[in-house]
Amino acid sequence: MKAFEYASPRTEAEIVDLLSAEPGKTEILAGGTDLVGLMKKMIVTPDRVVNIMDVPTLRSIDELPDGSVSIGAAVTLDDVLAHPYIDIYPAIKQAIRGISSMQLQAQGTLGGEVCQRPRCWFYRNGDGLLSPDVAEGANEFHAILGNSGPAKFVNSSRIAPALIALDAQLRVVGPEEDEQFVPVAAFFRSPHREGQREHVLEPNQFVSHILLPPIEGRTCATYEVRHGEGPDYPLAAAAAALQFDGFGIVRDANVVLGQVAPMPWISQEAADVLRGRKVDEALAETAGQAAVSRATPLSQNEFKVQLAKVAVKRAILLAAGYETGGF
Amino acid sequence: MAVYSWPSREATAVIGKEYDRLDGLAKVTGAAKYTYDVNLKNQLVAVALGCPHAHCKITKLDVAAAEKTPGVVAVHIFEHAAVGSEVQWQGELLAVVAAESEAAARAGVDTIKLEFEELDVFTEDENLDAAEKAERTGKGGGKTELEREPGDDDDEDEFIEQEIARLFKASKYVVEGYYGIDAITHCCLEPHGSTVEWKDGKLVAYLSTQNVSGTDEGFARDLKLTSDDVEVKCDYIGGGFGSKFAPDYWAVAAAKISKETGRPVKFLLSRDQELKIAGNRPSGYMRVRLGADENGVLTIWDSHHWGTAGYKGGGVSQTVMPYVIRPKNYRRIATTIKSNTAQSRAWRAPNHPQACAMSQTAIDDVAAKMGANSYDVFAANLRAGNVDSQHPDAANTYLAEMARGAALIDWKANWHAHGKGKSRGSIVDGLGMALHTWGGTANNSDCRLKISPDGGVESFCGSQDLGTGTRTVIAQVLAETFGLGIRDVRVNVGSSKYPASGASGGSTTVGGVSESHRRAGQDALEKIFELAAKELGAAANSLEAVGGKVRVKGTDKAISWKKACTLLGLKPLEVTASYKRGDQSTLSSSGVCGVQMAHVEVDKETGVIKVKKFVAVQDQGLVINPKTCKSQIYGAMIMGIAAALYERRITDPKSGAFVNAELADYKLARLGDVGDLVVDLYEPESERSRGVIGNGEPPAISPKAAIANAVANALGVRVPVIPLTPKRVLDALAKA
Ligand SMILES: Cc1cc2nc3c(=O)[nH]c(=O)nc-3n(C[C@H](O)[C@H](O)[C@H](O)COP(=O)(O)OP(=O)(O)OC[C@H]3O[C@@H](n4cnc5c(N)ncnc54)[C@H](O)[C@@H]3O)c2cc1C
Repeated sequence: MKAFEYASPRTEAEIVDLLSAEPGKTEILAGGTDLVGLMKKMIVTPDRVVNIMDVPTLRSIDELPDGSVSIGAAVTLDDVLAHPYIDIYPAIKQAIRGISSMQLQAQGTLGGEVCQRPRCWFYRNGDGLLSPDVAEGANEFHAILGNSGPAKFVNSSRIAPALIALDAQLRVVGPEEDEQFVPVAAFFRSPHREGQREHVLEPNQFVSHILLPPIEGRTCATYEVRHGEGPDYPLAAAAAALQFDGFGIVRDANVVLGQVAPMPWISQEAADVLRGRKVDEALAETAGQAAVSRATPLSQNEFKVQLAKVAVKRAILLAAGYETGGF
Repeated sequence: MAVYSWPSREATAVIGKEYDRLDGLAKVTGAAKYTYDVNLKNQLVAVALGCPHAHCKITKLDVAAAEKTPGVVAVHIFEHAAVGSEVQWQGELLAVVAAESEAAARAGVDTIKLEFEELDVFTEDENLDAAEKAERTGKGGGKTELEREPGDDDDEDEFIEQEIARLFKASKYVVEGYYGIDAITHCCLEPHGSTVEWKDGKLVAYLSTQNVSGTDEGFARDLKLTSDDVEVKCDYIGGGFGSKFAPDYWAVAAAKISKETGRPVKFLLSRDQELKIAGNRPSGYMRVRLGADENGVLTIWDSHHWGTAGYKGGGVSQTVMPYVIRPKNYRRIATTIKSNTAQSRAWRAPNHPQACAMSQTAIDDVAAKMGANSYDVFAANLRAGNVDSQHPDAANTYLAEMARGAALIDWKANWHAHGKGKSRGSIVDGLGMALHTWGGTANNSDCRLKISPDGGVESFCGSQDLGTGTRTVIAQVLAETFGLGIRDVRVNVGSSKYPASGASGGSTTVGGVSESHRRAGQDALEKIFELAAKELGAAANSLEAVGGKVRVKGTDKAISWKKACTLLGLKPLEVTASYKRGDQSTLSSSGVCGVQMAHVEVDKETGVIKVKKFVAVQDQGLVINPKTCKSQIYGAMIMGIAAALYERRITDPKSGAFVNAELADYKLARLGDVGDLVVDLYEPESERSRGVIGNGEPPAISPKAAIANAVANALGVRVPVIPLTPKRVLDALAKA
């Protein structure tokens, strides 16, 4: 680990002041479950680390006047899991439960989970985020969608697909304006050159809150294909949020895949299949098929296409209140 | 001289009873100090630079900047990393930096200027054609065994081909298959390494080792000392599994740096170095054709397997093929592959897990082909004498153990023909089994026993407790011998200054330490009986030590153990005893069987497998402590589930980089993955009377084959290569 300066501000404004506008100079420390490992391996080498855990406004879960739920970025996953306000968003709780590590749940935060760096082993072994070796290399767990550019890693967040499916927004704070609201759907990007982050934040901006709009009768679910029960990342995942009319017909749908592309992957194709139809196994299967219709697997990860398809199918079935038929 | 023996089952007070580990509390409270926990005053911390490339020639290794890095005290370049030398695998240590802190050492390592010329890399050990093209293959030996002999005029090679062809033709069933098992690493939770210091010209090494009594020589040889000048200590070790028998060049380097700087040095490998260089198990892949009669009894086996043990070649020995179930006619050939990966080390039951995984899967496919019950096919082969096992009464023992296993897993009720089970949604279930064998002969072991006039009993033995309960077992042996409780005796292991005891490898420790301690105990007791005999007015041979007393057998006439010990006078009684491999003894023997059965569920849409229930029936002669014995088997089963479903070394096909050399990426079984584990200790009098036999390795052999067979039974399709990842399951289903 490179020696660094440690700052522990008490207010959001102080955080902004402590962050550098230059990439790589400062890093935000939330639970540290990801950051500390990256620093130990010298993958990130900040001069200053800014701890946000002592900023009270970032640590609460509140209901807003319009019925939205606001979750501070530094709220731990455990606290999200235990909070009754989140019960109506099962997709989120399912994703957090999937992490299945007491330590990560107790220490990790919602903001950190969404902003965590890719688990790609080329990146973690110091070859950079966009290593050209991935295309023909050990890419079994890499992207099968959105992988035509230099980025072939997968976004690691388990919760982001659910947040996007639920039309959640992020409150972003930085030096320019007081605050800014960014849909989670627009937060991620696929970097084109080394050094670019996987999200749109400027180096001196940070996420202060995650805003969940009122559920308004929607149902939602996350389904992850997991190799085992441990705190390993899923092989493929999907979240679905469905709005039904009074006759069980899908009026609106959001389907978002995780662990398959450099960003959480929003599948319009799958949503289109669902709209105006009644959900049953065959329809869910068709939606799954549609979600992977444009998949472009790499040399070793063809199997993820099937897994992504099944994840979509099962997330839809769960959201509609059916059994998945699998584990 | 005493006749060494164990008391009968009825007569034991301590042996055969369950005891918690004596050091259990120390371990769970953190009071137990592992090598990694040893920090010495004024110590330096060493961090090494590993080679980033899997095959290269060093052209420059400049450590000048490291030497100038603040906090750095010494830099050492390994001989094998001198400019011009060739490095054959990624992670090999090139240079080590010792500094005031780990951070300073790391910063120093970061400044080392390394340049190298890249050489051709090969790590695709499954791909025999590619290995041949790359000229990376070598002969691994082979053997042909046929019941019929060639005639005087026959050309031998021709005869063999014709005879094999004839046997296949005469077979009712012929199975042709491909099976394999990837390389895995030992992945010790506590990485390899040591903290060392010099005291008055002598080296004290706190080494994470399975070989306390043998590693002093290793240090001495490389440091040009005598073993007397070295003390190796290891109270607790966080895993070895066969990879920690030597000091390794990195501990020798620590000793050199310590000598040079006059300060203690702590040098343990980083996690990725641990996985990359400190131990792996060879891979094995096999093409086979086998023939069987109408009952599934094998008539002919013809196999060719290959794989790698690292850059020197090597692989799974052909001598163990086909495994346990072996027909009278067979041909086996092995090819070795030179891969740019670190050379393998012994891994729990070397060769057996792979041999079992490759051959008992093929045998199960005979049952699949016949539409028969796998149990019946295994049993028919045993009855027909197709057995190769180290157990002297193997067929009967396997059959008895199979019957017990079948009852525990409810084989009859749960069985369905391969691929013919009912599915629940996309989930299907299946049963599988496998058999194994191992030696487990007692290792050489010396011990010194001290009985104090106040009744204290203390033993000293240069063995080590790998976490398996060696201390506790020794205490039980002594307590039984003297009629005491296990906390009335003090057991010392873990120092090379104690009487020598063999390395803990090959499942040899429990036998060795039981031999030496029982012998010393009986010798000491004989002396005490002589003294007590006078006091009690009875013959020495009419005495027994039970319940804290020395008593005249069959009477109430007794004196307390303490009182008996006061008869020693002022000086403690010291006895040393020695057991050497090959000594005639009823205390220990060798050769075990073992049967495992798995019940799994597979999600056909995702290829995800879950172990529902997993049963192990294991014999190991006389069981000293059923609790630690069972724990050993539970551990082996869990390790086996990891290797069956999750664990493997993944290398990048182009660069040869070992990409998953981190615990976050090197997948292991977690609590939720292991299902319901059931252990049955098979210990009828016929087993118990054989004496103690080690069980450290045998139960780690069968899990992979048993689980793979259960998956094949569930799917009706063989997933050929282990671990059975979702990708491989889906590939196999797609091909079917
Ligand atoms: C062994 C291991 C296994 C894991 N397995 C899983 C898993 O299976 N699934 C899973 O989802 N996660 C997994 N994780 C990751 C872990 O869950 C996440 O890293 C955690 O949720 C991140 O939260 P944190 O608060 O600890 O983040 P930190 O480590 O503190 O931060 C993560 C990153 O986000 C940035 N960041 C943090 N907060 C903000 C903010 N408010 N605004 C802007 N940037 C911010 C940090 O600078 C850093 O780059 C695993 C981690 C480890 C070490």
